[in-house]
Amino acid sequence: MLTLKDVKPGQTAVVEGVKVTGQARGRFMAMGIIKGSKITVLKVAPLGDPIEVLVKSYNLSFRKAEAEQIIVTLS
Amino acid sequence: MSVITVALTGNPNTGKSTIFNALTGARQHIGNWPGVTVDKKVGHMTKGSQQITVIDLPGTYSLSAYSIEEKIVKDYLVKEKPDMVVNVVDASNLERNLYLTVQLLELGIPAVVNLNMMDEAKAKGHHINLDVLRKNLGVPVISSVATSKKGLHQLINSIDHHVVNKQIKSPLLVEHLSNIEAIKNSNKDHDTIEEEIIESRYNFINKVLSDALVIQQGVTSWQDKLDNIITHRLLGFPIFIAVLYAIFEITFTWVGQPISDFLDGFIGGTLTDWTAGALLAAGAAEWLQSLVIDGIIAGVGAVLVFVPLIFTLFLLISFLDGTGYMARVAFIMDRAMRRIGLSGKSILPMLVGFGCTVPAIMGARALDSERDRKITILIAPFMSCGARLPVYALFAVLFFPGQESKVILSLYLLGIVIAIAMGLIFKSTILKGESEPFLMELPPYRIPTLRTVLIQTWEKGKGFLVKAGTIIFSMSVVIWLLSSYNFSGPAEINESILATIGKIIGPIFTLHGFGSWEAGVAVITGILAKEAVVSTLGVLYGVAEVAEEAVVAATQLQGTIGATFTSLSAYAFMVFVLLYTPCMAVIGTFKKELGSWKWTIFAAAYPFVLAWLISLIIYQGGLLLGFGS
Repeated sequence: MLTLKDVKPGQTAVVEGVKVTGQARGRFMAMGIIKGSKITVLKVAPLGDPIEVLVKSYNLSFRKAEAEQIIVTLS
Repeated sequence: MSVITVALTGNPNTGKSTIFNALTGARQHIGNWPGVTVDKKVGHMTKGSQQITVIDLPGTYSLSAYSIEEKIVKDYLVKEKPDMVVNVVDASNLERNLYLTVQLLELGIPAVVNLNMMDEAKAKGHHINLDVLRKNLGVPVISSVATSKKGLHQLINSIDHHVVNKQIKSPLLVEHLSNIEAIKNSNKDHDTIEEEIIESRYNFINKVLSDALVIQQGVTSWQDKLDNIITHRLLGFPIFIAVLYAIFEITFTWVGQPISDFLDGFIGGTLTDWTAGALLAAGAAEWLQSLVIDGIIAGVGAVLVFVPLIFTLFLLISFLDGTGYMARVAFIMDRAMRRIGLSGKSILPMLVGFGCTVPAIMGARALDSERDRKITILIAPFMSCGARLPVYALFAVLFFPGQESKVILSLYLLGIVIAIAMGLIFKSTILKGESEPFLMELPPYRIPTLRTVLIQTWEKGKGFLVKAGTIIFSMSVVIWLLSSYNFSGPAEINESILATIGKIIGPIFTLHGFGSWEAGVAVITGILAKEAVVSTLGVLYGVAEVAEEAVVAATQLQGTIGATFTSLSAYAFMVFVLLYTPCMAVIGTFKKELGSWKWTIFAAAYPFVLAWLISLIIYQGGLLLGFGS
């Protein structure tokens, strides 16, 4: 099973499911991380975390801990 | 004359505040929402004979009550029912921005959608058909470029609830509403329902945009190139340090210091002399002259000299904030800050604390988790602020000649270590809880308008002037009273009530090696302002006017202080000054930012206890190790 954490900078993936739990779940989805969304990983912060992605044509940053809970397929 | 209420909603970074400022101009005021410290901005405008009250709601991405801001916006719209909503939308970021718009349409409040930043959308290759968008959403859609005031006239014309009340729901919206009705009535669990509703909203947005938005591919922007440098793996940190250095250099050396010196000279010299002359000419009683000169002007003046520094710092921070750089700093620093239990967004307030604790605490507003904000506020005072430097400098010159910078550096580092330790302790005790995930938009780089930067600077700085100012004024009067009188009447300072208090306070430092009444009084006046520690010692040890330069002051105080302190007790005293209760200006800010007296008292009191303990450990430990001589 591929998660967003495994996606390399420059690659684009499609969200299959959001496993983030608690209140953060709604937050992530409201920001556009929902089933079917296209996400391009842009870069990783200098210290290795968090990551920056392009989703719905804007730039969003979150940590690998959450990226690991976003199931994707490469497009 | 009729009055209508218009609420401004929108995502953060959409230019909402610029539009608010342009619409209401000087006719605006800021308070807090009941019970929380989030700004409540209210402004007024006139259109013909119509009075319009504009409420600038906090910027939010949704109405789902995930944060205080979202809860405020939702409660306001549902309970206060404004006559209409102007939804400010970033035209270059339509898909996500319309999410909030959909939620507004679901609530059924009359709305006008204002597509702002049309210039940026064009530059990004986004072509928007406004007529189609109007038809699909079923509400008036206006385009604007708020920074150059384009389109604001149409926006003002659209603010009319009679027109808006005639809004009919578009077929697409009707379909969406029946969709979410069906989802809500299904027997699925809460999480699934929430997920399906969010998906349904984005589906609706896709349909709305399918024939209204054309994105031209392959438009690469200077933005990406700039961002690759600013968040570069190797260059990112040096750039950050350079920016930081520039902020401090500009604030404290270029702008702040000369102005502060000027004010210092003006208040301590010209103003004092002139007031003294005027009071004498008016035949004022001696006590009144002393109250005004030694109490009010000296006390309030000591704090007023910080005003230029604070405003300069705020100006630079507001500017950087508007450029989008701050979000990048949080991005590159998050990993390091998380080690100490905070988020990348806490780095800035902590660093500002080396300049002055007041803006540091106010800067913590940028944090979205209440818990991170509280922890940051509680530990920021341990970053040695500029006002503590004179104390360190004086004692380092007196007791550690040749070792000054090492001694002073050790104090700065001790402050950082204590801040980290206390952060970790708070995180696992009184402010326990799940740490919130880091989810942050990295907004496009922009050059903020001068107007927005100035308004923000004033909004932040005014609080310091007003709130802290009133407390300092009353404290100055109280300290003056205590130092000029005893219970039988006017008295010399060493016979005064202040001295009596010093004699009561002093002994609690007996085990610290500085249990004299003079040190006790200096500790008390240090709460008024940290640099008062030096001037108080000067007065008490009989040096009329302690020079500002540490070296000169040191020679003046050589004989007297040298007799009461040893190098070990001097170090213990410096550590105490570093850690104990911050100054009155900070305590005033605590009240403003923490919101409750309970937290304010805690934030002011625990550092005293901590300082007492650590200073004790250093003195007694030093004695054991044989540093006592």
